[in-house]
Amino acid sequence: MREEIITSGRMNPHIDPHLAIWHWHIPLYLFLGGLAAGIMFFASLYTILGKENKFRGAVKRAPIIVPFLLIIGLTALFFDLKHKLYFWQLYTIIRIQSPMSWGAWTLMAITPLSMVWVAINIKEFFPKWDWKFFILKELDKFFTKYRVYLAWVILYFSVILGIYTGILFSAFNARPLWNTSILGPLFLTSGLSAAAAVIILFSKRQKERINFAKIDIMLIGIELFLIIHMFMGFLASTQVQIEAAQLFLGGPYTAPFWIFVVIIGMILPAILEFLELRKFHIPAIIPVILVLFGSLMLRFIISYAGQLSRWLY
Amino acid sequence: MRYAMAIDTKKCVGCSDCVVACQTENNVPIGHCRDWIVEITDGTYPELEIEIRSERCNHCENSPCVRCCPTGASHYEDGGIVVVTPNKCIGCGACITSCPYDARYPHPDGYVDKCTFCMHRVKKGQQPACVSVCPTKCMYFGDLDDANSEVSQILKKRKYKTLIPEAGTKPHVFYLI
Repeated sequence: MREEIITSGRMNPHIDPHLAIWHWHIPLYLFLGGLAAGIMFFASLYTILGKENKFRGAVKRAPIIVPFLLIIGLTALFFDLKHKLYFWQLYTIIRIQSPMSWGAWTLMAITPLSMVWVAINIKEFFPKWDWKFFILKELDKFFTKYRVYLAWVILYFSVILGIYTGILFSAFNARPLWNTSILGPLFLTSGLSAAAAVIILFSKRQKERINFAKIDIMLIGIELFLIIHMFMGFLASTQVQIEAAQLFLGGPYTAPFWIFVVIIGMILPAILEFLELRKFHIPAIIPVILVLFGSLMLRFIISYAGQLSRWLY
Repeated sequence: MRYAMAIDTKKCVGCSDCVVACQTENNVPIGHCRDWIVEITDGTYPELEIEIRSERCNHCENSPCVRCCPTGASHYEDGGIVVVTPNKCIGCGACITSCPYDARYPHPDGYVDKCTFCMHRVKKGQQPACVSVCPTKCMYFGDLDDANSEVSQILKKRKYKTLIPEAGTKPHVFYLI
């Protein structure tokens, strides 16, 4: 039998025997960033459509967690850096070819914008809230008056943030599993699905909950479609991508991916949400937690499995 | 000017002198390496072939590491040498992930480190440390744009290959076969 044995004298930490440079920080950030992007997308979308009062959960309530999600995500990113004191170098240059660069700048824009959004909607949670200083009151008035324009800006940035979480991976041709343009739309859809689930929790109106349960089922359907397409693309591609797909089709990530991400994180919550629409009594929190779990696991598994996939030479 | 290296796989014996020379010259931290030896045994017993290669950063013309660096720390120096500026590097690991050759590693001081073609020596007109110590003289270094350079001459005469050309990186390290 023909055999090929490759012996390498290289044993660099984090590089050999296989790449292990990105740990929990990156997938956690990608999940939080995607979720934040999704929530801000729905908040700005329904503001632009003029349905703020119909969809208060999406527009006024759910966004309150976004600044926290982004700050936790950014902190995780900061801890991932190995030359931490130089992090400010990110903001000395815009490098169009580097997804990480425009991701950093997008975060720089959307984090304060999400805080402004929470501030102008703070009375939803604290009706007696009073901005103590004149300037803050004026700013509140200004942003409330121009909130539709603000929503347009946030809408664009949230889509960029949501897609960027996937493009960050897909831009690396050195890791065949990540090198698929499906990852951008897949992570965006997953982030939107997680956001729809969170909005269900924050919403007080049954009609809004039903609306977002429907949206979530549709998004899960799109996600499954994208996942199938991703594997079809891999299997019809080069040897390295066929081998990357094998990680999920018999390889070490088969059980975690199909059980945790696809069955528990997508199919099961979609069925539960569907039953809810059919008037079965299911605690809303169960499908929500399952969707969030699936969304988190998707990032963890793609992140770790991608670092296992490589070119052979 | 386009610096390149040609390595004769028929002459290399895998002695690791180049590895030690690099570690000494560049003060590479213990347990890490900027260049390394790969030995490939291929075939059906007893018809086996062995190829020994001294590998390092390929100083690609189309470097994914330079492309993905968010701060511009990874950049091209004169002659197409790919280097990292430690004070600009944030240690995000994007370049490490982007390299199909896994030629970069995180330096214990935080920044990302890799082969520089011994730029500090090349600027003085010297050969990279690995080339200068090779006991079998299997490595050639020089300017591809200079038709008379050692590397251009040997590439004219011999068959050669680059590693993973299908990755589209246009490597500047050539292996004579």
